[in-house]
Amino acid sequence: MKKDLINFIDISKSYGSNMILDEFNLTVRENEFVTLLGPSGCGKTTTLRMLGGFETPDTGKILFDGEDITYLPANERKLNTVFQKYSLFPHMSIADNIAFGLKISKKSKAYINDKIKYALKLVNLDGYENRSIDSLSGGQQQRIAIARAIVNEPKVLLLDEPLGALDLKLRQSMQYELIRLKEELGITFLYVTHDQEEALTMSDSIVVMNQGYIQQIGSPEEIYNEPENAFVADFIGHSNIIDGTMIKDELVEILGVKIPCVDRGFGENKPVDVVIRPEDVELVDPSEGYLEGDVVSLIFKGVHYELEVLANGYEWLVHTTKLVPVGTHVGIKVIPFNIQIMHKPESSDEKAVEIDE
Amino acid sequence: MVKKSLSRIYMALIFIFLYLPIVVLIFLSFNNSKSKVAWGGFTFKWYINCFQSETIMSAFITTIQITLAAAVISTILGTMAAIGISAMRRKSRTIFLGATNIPLLNADIVTGISMMLLFVKFIDLGFITVLIAHITFNIPYVILNVLPKMKEANRYTYEAALDLGATPFYAFYKVTWPEIKPGVFSGFIMAITMSLDDFSITYFTKGAGVNTLSTMLYTELRKGINPELYALSTILFAAVFLLLLVMNFGVGKGKKDQKGGKLA
Amino acid sequence: MNNLKKQLLAGPYLIWIIGFIVLPMIMIMIYAFTNADGAFSLEYLSAITTTTNLNAIALSLKLGFLATLICLVLSYPLAMILSSFNFKHQNFVVFIFMLPMWMNFLLRIMAWKLLLSKNGVFNSVLHTLGLGSFNILYSPTAVILGMVYDYLPFMLLPIYNSMVRIRKDIIEAAQDLGANNITVFFKIIVPLTLSGVVSGIVMVFVPALTSFAVSDILGGGKVLLVGNVIEQDFMQGMQWNAGSALSFVLMIFVFISMALVNQFDKDGEGTAKW
Repeated sequence: MKKDLINFIDISKSYGSNMILDEFNLTVRENEFVTLLGPSGCGKTTTLRMLGGFETPDTGKILFDGEDITYLPANERKLNTVFQKYSLFPHMSIADNIAFGLKISKKSKAYINDKIKYALKLVNLDGYENRSIDSLSGGQQQRIAIARAIVNEPKVLLLDEPLGALDLKLRQSMQYELIRLKEELGITFLYVTHDQEEALTMSDSIVVMNQGYIQQIGSPEEIYNEPENAFVADFIGHSNIIDGTMIKDELVEILGVKIPCVDRGFGENKPVDVVIRPEDVELVDPSEGYLEGDVVSLIFKGVHYELEVLANGYEWLVHTTKLVPVGTHVGIKVIPFNIQIMHKPESSDEKAVEIDE
Repeated sequence: MVKKSLSRIYMALIFIFLYLPIVVLIFLSFNNSKSKVAWGGFTFKWYINCFQSETIMSAFITTIQITLAAAVISTILGTMAAIGISAMRRKSRTIFLGATNIPLLNADIVTGISMMLLFVKFIDLGFITVLIAHITFNIPYVILNVLPKMKEANRYTYEAALDLGATPFYAFYKVTWPEIKPGVFSGFIMAITMSLDDFSITYFTKGAGVNTLSTMLYTELRKGINPELYALSTILFAAVFLLLLVMNFGVGKGKKDQKGGKLA
Repeated sequence: MNNLKKQLLAGPYLIWIIGFIVLPMIMIMIYAFTNADGAFSLEYLSAITTTTNLNAIALSLKLGFLATLICLVLSYPLAMILSSFNFKHQNFVVFIFMLPMWMNFLLRIMAWKLLLSKNGVFNSVLHTLGLGSFNILYSPTAVILGMVYDYLPFMLLPIYNSMVRIRKDIIEAAQDLGANNITVFFKIIVPLTLSGVVSGIVMVFVPALTSFAVSDILGGGKVLLVGNVIEQDFMQGMQWNAGSALSFVLMIFVFISMALVNQFDKDGEGTAKW
């Protein structure tokens, strides 16, 4: 088991009457790539800024390596941040930007020069020492921001939506670079994003947040395949999330049709959310399906077709490799294993579900 | 906390430095005694004298005439010039902007003298020469306000309008003009403030007999000070205060340009 | 309108430039380089080395330098304080500090003449307190005071503008990398406001250097700056050649300082008016 590196303990924070975090608890272990994922305003950036030392919690404390750092000023913390807007110093050369932290900690000239070379190499920008910041593209600026942070050998690198300003292609290649960097450096990455694809690609562990509460913590596979509530399911991917009733163990009713599933222990006649991923919906002959419906739209997406099928008043999202023209009358079938049953969120606030460790 | 109160004290000291003279002027403008300190009772007589003073009122009227005429003419010429300059190639544009910068950067006294030296060769110094001088130093401000808007104005929307069958004039009026209008307006306002504020250039180009408020004040102040001028100060300060208050906070946001405008 | 037709719109302005900017400049040069008979001569240009002229130049530089320095020392902390206000109040507070700038500067100078005069407010207060008198009116000190009062906003505004332009996340990035407040100030804030400081310096120094009204009113004719000498040459002595020569020298001074500024000021804040 890896050692605990960061503990958020009972953190609450509000701005005026606006509650950002409520009794927030989170543990990050050494050498993990942890992603805080959620929509804007969910408290993920506030969490990161508290760890960076730019905000203080109203209550609770933050431990770093067992030490209370809740009120330690930002400049005395042994962690570094890669900011959303890169935040490079516009009046300094690239080398001076990277050397900034090292000069403050009074490292020797030779050491600093070596570090600059090493860091630039690490982010694939060798030879850029004396360029000005303005001459760099967004992706290059972001890589310099990363280099500037990692030369200080922080135990944790905080990344606040660092790829948000980049275009899709650059974002994808930067994702691979970040994974590579994390492996080469062997340090903890705490990453904040609202992009679920980014989170799924890079993380060892994802913390899904909404309205100041943790919705689910788990590996990308767990989060994707077994969302614990409708919010997670909806946020992680385009899913069919349907109100349903658990008739009894292994039988659920949706849209007036009883369908066999594999889940047990929800009780009898309990309202639940039923999640069915678009790729798990099978289109069959109308007579063989649980429900019948008509294809209302068809979009070619490259590897598959994305269809909408109107059946029993619900528009099903369906991914299929077969071409099924608009207007076709089809049956809908789902194998029991692919039906995910979830408790309804406890309150309208979609309060966090209990997390068993 | 200590830091905060220190900075408050500092702000207060500068505030007093800036406003004490103005407050004293306002105070004395209502003072029945001619003393520069003692309160001799409340009076409006300096205001009445101020409005009855031939010198002050004629300077005031001249100021308004010069300011408005110069602002209107320089706004028209400057806007035309900005449109022209924006269509130029780099080289001619550099030459134009270089010339535009001369009156901006040069010392007022030198600008004033240089124009006087030219004017006296051809016409008598007077209202017209002051007006020409004001237009000359106003145009650069109009250009500096309009040119960035011309750059921002999307060339393609103008071309799109042509493509859709608009005549060039119609396309300009419907597409480009709305985009540059704020720049033209702030250029106009700035021309007004520059004209109202100018002393040196007017002083050298005005000749005898014509006075704006600035040159009138200078002549008066060389002789001494009298309470009518306190009254005048108070009126002008109140007018400026109200005008700026309305412009900055009454008409909504986006007026920062104009505040910075005086200097920009 | 095609491009050529558009360019023609600048035609009237071109005529204006030639007529009222270029020609007047040529006139100054003609007068500066000729003698009273109209013949080419360096007589008047070399006359700037007379004691009167050199004294005036030295005094102008000295007072201009001091006024600029005081404005800078007063404005920088104020700009920092103003820029730290939260956004809601910021505009109004800045407005308050800029407001006096919009009043005619002669009226503001008049106010100081009033305050400083023998039986004015300052002396009355000092007298009441039994502290004797305070006679700085008609001295270089009064002129500096007037200049500082007049030009303070010109220093404050560009510094303030460059200060508010510093993004908060840049400061946070420096702190994140271990910088304490002192390091942040010297390594981030000072370098990033340098262009504002430089434009502020020019915007105060040039008008201070070339002023003649302030020195005339608060100096009472006893403080002779270059501007005063020029003014007297033209308005009293009818020494047009001498005045032009001195103006020409002044212009050179101004353009040298502008050139220096352009070295620093890449953001174009220096296109300023004094």
